[in-house]
Amino acid sequence: MADSSWLSEVPQLSRGELRDIRKFLDTEYRDFSREYGEIIEGFFDPLLSFLVWFEKLLLATPWWLVIAIIAGLAYLSSRSWKLSLGVVISFFMIGYFGMWDDTMRTMSIILVCTLMAIALGVPIGIAMARSDRVQSVVTPLLDIMQTMPAFVYLIPVVMLLGIGKIPGVIAVVIYAIPPVIRLTNLGIRLVDKDVLEAATAYGASSLQRLIGVQLPLAMPTIMAGINQTIMMALSMVVIASMIGVKGLGQPVLKSITNQYFTLGLLNGLAIVALAIIFDRVSQAYAKRSQRYLEGMDNG
Amino acid sequence: MVEAKINKTEPVALIKIEGLYKLFGNNPKKFMPLVHAGKSKDEILAETGHTLGLKDINLTINKGEIFVIMGLSGSGKSTLIRHFNRLIDPTEGVIEVEGTDVMKLPQKELELFRRHKMSMVFQRFGLLPHKSVVDNVAYGLAIQGVSKSERGAKAKEWLETVGLAGYEEQYPAQLSGGQQQRVGLARALCTDAEILLMDEAFSALDPLIRSEMQDQLIELQQKLHKTIIFITHDLDEALRIGDRIAILKDGEMVQQGEPEDILLNPANDYVEAFVRDVNRARALTVETVMKDPVNRITADTIGEALKQMKGFKGDYGYYVNEDGYQGVLTEEKLQAAYDDDNKAKLTSAHCEALDAISQDAVLETVIPDTLNSQYSLPVIDDQGEMTGQLSRSTLAEVLGNEEPRNR
Repeated sequence: MADSSWLSEVPQLSRGELRDIRKFLDTEYRDFSREYGEIIEGFFDPLLSFLVWFEKLLLATPWWLVIAIIAGLAYLSSRSWKLSLGVVISFFMIGYFGMWDDTMRTMSIILVCTLMAIALGVPIGIAMARSDRVQSVVTPLLDIMQTMPAFVYLIPVVMLLGIGKIPGVIAVVIYAIPPVIRLTNLGIRLVDKDVLEAATAYGASSLQRLIGVQLPLAMPTIMAGINQTIMMALSMVVIASMIGVKGLGQPVLKSITNQYFTLGLLNGLAIVALAIIFDRVSQAYAKRSQRYLEGMDNG
Repeated sequence: MVEAKINKTEPVALIKIEGLYKLFGNNPKKFMPLVHAGKSKDEILAETGHTLGLKDINLTINKGEIFVIMGLSGSGKSTLIRHFNRLIDPTEGVIEVEGTDVMKLPQKELELFRRHKMSMVFQRFGLLPHKSVVDNVAYGLAIQGVSKSERGAKAKEWLETVGLAGYEEQYPAQLSGGQQQRVGLARALCTDAEILLMDEAFSALDPLIRSEMQDQLIELQQKLHKTIIFITHDLDEALRIGDRIAILKDGEMVQQGEPEDILLNPANDYVEAFVRDVNRARALTVETVMKDPVNRITADTIGEALKQMKGFKGDYGYYVNEDGYQGVLTEEKLQAAYDDDNKAKLTSAHCEALDAISQDAVLETVIPDTLNSQYSLPVIDDQGEMTGQLSRSTLAEVLGNEEPRNR
């Protein structure tokens, strides 16, 4: 860079330097994953066995029982016959078109991912809402998680843990967790200051405020976040299938490479059906749990 | 004026505030010297970007009184009331409640203090929208850890007291503003806290509901004898419910005193401007404006009575014996009786009947009588003892915009 070519060209590392940096980071990470890969895998073992057990459970249960349970849950949370009937028909169709096993696999992994995202995301969101500093650190991380192409962070995960269910879960959770974190944070921050002040004035401790006031009042927003998380987790199914997660994603992947239009469409529709069912059921549940909002406009 | 509340029991100071300052901003401590140097709110804002919220507030609030803090928006009154339970921490100053320095309480004890000592009613109600009315009322007790059945029973009692029985299972959003504030009031009373902080509690209500709520508060106070700190921007409200009133302007205390004091002796132009619009006929009692009972005749005989009457201005007097006020004596009649028999004993038979007015009556209620009578009206206390007299001209002076003379 001794001459003045930087005026016309972007100053650039030389190829050699760049290669050295890449090589350095790659080998370092490879060494790291060789050294600690097993320990980390061991750490995830309980999760893996739970995943396997849950998948087996779903697959081993008779189809009519699974449908009955899901339809029953849908009815309990929404109290709507229409929705439950929709659930029965969609699952029956899924089975009729030969996608039952894949659907069960996808459902098991999505359920686990969603629960993990909620279990991690809500506390992180709460921490963000309580401290501006945490918020200023976490927000850019969330931006990265949401915009970084999933394939990019799949690489280190696969290097570390190989292919299989666990890296799939990690990838899905990374991709799907930002909405629940963001909306938990937002929901708590939007809680009416007057109400919170009243709670403080009556001597509520900060935990009492959180559980008794902030979380219940933020619940509609948090539920919207959970909803988005479920949707995003489902949309990751195809990408996750690239690293060996079985389920509805694999036939889709197969149909892309082999140009099987109908196979892709059917499996895609099955994913859509799952998404709609999850969405409607969770929305209906959220709405029913916020009965107090009904009279809000009476003045 | 001075003897106005002399018959009250000796006041016991419950809350003491000394040298309270609040400077809002990033680094208030640093700029306190400027405040002490006497710079104005605007100067401090321009120089430092800090807003002076309160400046050198000194207050003593007595047990069992309704202490009203009045000021326009921006005067710092809401900031001040939040210092009592430390929803806002002062920059400087002492807050003492029953001898406890509230500023020194650690977090846990502060929470206990808030739970048991004070409860608060808010301008915009501050009800928990996701809890039913009865749960809202019981909220303070729930925080204290009282069992569900016990607090539910107590909450129901208070709901009944404020006239909301039957609304237990409604949600706040289903109630009108007035009803919501009744819930707020019930919630505050439900904890049995001795001190009630009311932050513009009635300001968001429409006038009719507001005066209803004021009546209810006064009525409750006669039963409960709480110590109430009441914030308002409405002087009429302040005069109506306050035992004592403090007026704030731009974070500074402008005047403190009993309602009549403020009405009749405004400390400066600011207070005077406020006072001008007040309906004095409704705010003042006879006692506060009456003149001394100079036309009092206490003589035993007609002769002495006539002599007494000559001693003061006017051609009539009020006959007062051991049983108190008896009636009015005119010079004309007395002269006639004197001509008859100057040694005769003075009796109430010589009097003309003239109804006295009570010293506790609100001026408004005595206007017709005062105007219709050719004499000043005698004023009596509960025992029938004559304590003063009220003339048409006094009334005109007080109710007119003129400063009352010789006061």
